[in-house]
Amino acid sequence: MAAIPTPRPGSGRLAQPSRRALAWIRAAVFAAALVPLLRLVALGYADALSANPVEFVTRSTGTWTLVMLCITLSVTPLRRLLGWPWLLRLRRMLGLFAFFYAVLHFVTWLWLDHWFDLPAMVVDIVERPFVTVGFTAFVLLLPLAATSTQAMMRRLGHRWQELHRLVYAIAALGVLHFWWHKAGKNDVSEPLVYAVIVAGLLAFRLVWHLRHRLPAAGSAGQPPL
Amino acid sequence: MLLRSRSADEPRASDITPRLHHENRRSVLMAAAAGLATWSAAGLAHGAAASAGGAGQAGATKLQARASTLSTVERPTTYKDVTGYNNFYEFGTDKDDPARYAGSLRIRPWSVAVEGEVARPRVFDIEELLTLAPLEERVYRMRCVEGWSMVIPWVGYPFAELMKRVEPTGNAKFVEFVTLADAGQMPGLRSSVLAWPYVEGLRIDEAAHALTLLTLGLYGEVLPRQNGAPVRIVVPWKYGFKSGKSLVKIRFVEKQPLTSWNRAAPQEYGFYSNVNPQVSHPRWSQATERRIGEDGFLQRKRPTLMFNGYAEQVASLYAGMDLRKAY
Repeated sequence: MAAIPTPRPGSGRLAQPSRRALAWIRAAVFAAALVPLLRLVALGYADALSANPVEFVTRSTGTWTLVMLCITLSVTPLRRLLGWPWLLRLRRMLGLFAFFYAVLHFVTWLWLDHWFDLPAMVVDIVERPFVTVGFTAFVLLLPLAATSTQAMMRRLGHRWQELHRLVYAIAALGVLHFWWHKAGKNDVSEPLVYAVIVAGLLAFRLVWHLRHRLPAAGSAGQPPL
Repeated sequence: MLLRSRSADEPRASDITPRLHHENRRSVLMAAAAGLATWSAAGLAHGAAASAGGAGQAGATKLQARASTLSTVERPTTYKDVTGYNNFYEFGTDKDDPARYAGSLRIRPWSVAVEGEVARPRVFDIEELLTLAPLEERVYRMRCVEGWSMVIPWVGYPFAELMKRVEPTGNAKFVEFVTLADAGQMPGLRSSVLAWPYVEGLRIDEAAHALTLLTLGLYGEVLPRQNGAPVRIVVPWKYGFKSGKSLVKIRFVEKQPLTSWNRAAPQEYGFYSNVNPQVSHPRWSQATERRIGEDGFLQRKRPTLMFNGYAEQVASLYAGMDLRKAY
C-alpha cells in the first residue's frame, strides 16, 4: 500500500480519501448499518411489529444478515472494479454487522421462538434441513467473528485469509436456508434475489482469479484495470 | 347497491343487539368499534368492510346472528388482527397483502354454482345464501398451518343446510370448494405460487358435520374482502388453508379432490390436514402455536390441541385411521 504513489489532489479524491474523510465514511456506514435495528426498536415501541411480532423480528434480522453478507462480499469486487483500495477498511465492520444481525436472528429463534427449550431446538436442527443449514451457517460465522481482530490477523498470517474464505460457504448456506424456508410455500422470488447476488459476487471472484492470477503467475504485476 | 336496495328486508343496525357471551367479548367489540373511527389501520380495514356491501353504510353490512353453543368462550382476536393479518394468496403472499389489495374484489353480483353428484344442482345468488338459513355467530379457534392461531367470531350457518337443499346422491363422497380466480380482480394470480383456481375439499361426512360453517360474516358484519367475501367455508378442526374463501363453485364428487396445497407440496400438506400436535410439518413442529395478539413478544407459545380442541366433536370421524399417514 505504501508503495502506491499518492494521487494528485483532485484527480483521485474518491480513490483515496483523506484520513479524516475515511473516518467520516466509517462513522456513516456504522450508523447506516444500525438503522435496521433502530427500526425494529422504534416499531416495537410503536406496537407496530405486525400481528406476529416474533415472526416479524425473525424475518427482519434474517433478511438483514443476508443483506450485510452481500454488502461485505461486494467490498472486494467494488474495490477492484472502482480502484478504491480504501473500501477494504470498511470490510471488517460490515462483516461484524452481518454477524451482529445473525446473532439477533439466532437469539430470536433461541429465546422468543423456542424459549430455550433445548430438546425442541435439537429436534429443529436435526430434523429440519432449513434449520440445519441456517444453524451451520451461524456456527461457521463464530470463528470468523472471533478472528476478526488485527491481532488475530497477524497471528494467523496467510491462514487468516484461508479461514475467512468460509464466508463464501456461509453466504451460500444462508441463501439455501432462506430458499428452503420459502420453498414449501412455493414462493422463492425473494430468496432468488439473494441467490443471484451471491452467485454474482462469487462468480466475480472466480472470473477475476482466472483472468488475473493464472496468466499472471509467471509475470511480475497485474494488468491494469 | 344491491344490498342497499334490499335493505328493507334486512334488519337495521339499530334493531340489532349483538349477542355477547361475556364482558371480554363486549370490551373487545367496543375497542374494535372505537378503533374504527380513530386508529388508522383499523379504520382502513373497516373501510374495506364497510364498502364490502357496496352501499358504504355501516347498517347495510351488519348481520343479525344468534349465539351458538358451539362457540368458544376464549377471547376473540381483535378485529384489526383478524382483518389485517391474512393468508389469501390471490392477493399476494405477504400477510398484509390481502388487506391492502383485496379492495379490487367485486363481490356483487355474486353467485355460487353447486353441482356434481346432487339431485338438485343449481346456482345460488349471494342474496339467497345470506337468508338460506338462520345466521349463527360461531366463535371458533383458527389454527394456521404456519404455527399461529386466532379466535374469530364468524357468522354463518352449517354447510349441512346447503347440502339439504341440493340433495347429494349416494355417489357424493367428497365436496370440492372452488375459489374465484380472476386475474383482473386478484393481483396474486400473476404469481405461480399455486395452480389457480384455489381448490379445497372435504370428505362428505366432514362437510356435513355440525361444526362446518358456511360463513358469510365475522364480528357481526358481512365478511371483509380479505377474509374471503362474500362467502367461504370454515372448518375449525383443520388448518386454516382447508377453509376456502370467496367461493364460486361447490362440487359434490365421488373421488377425493386434488386440493391446491396438496398438489403444490404433497409431502407438506395432506388432504386431511387436521390440526394435530403430534404430526410435525416438515419444516417446523406443530406441537405449539402463537395466539395472535395474546402470546406476545416475551411469552411462551401455547400447546396446540388435537383437532384444534374440537376432538370431542370430530375425533369419531377418523376412528380407525392412522392420522400420521392421513395427515
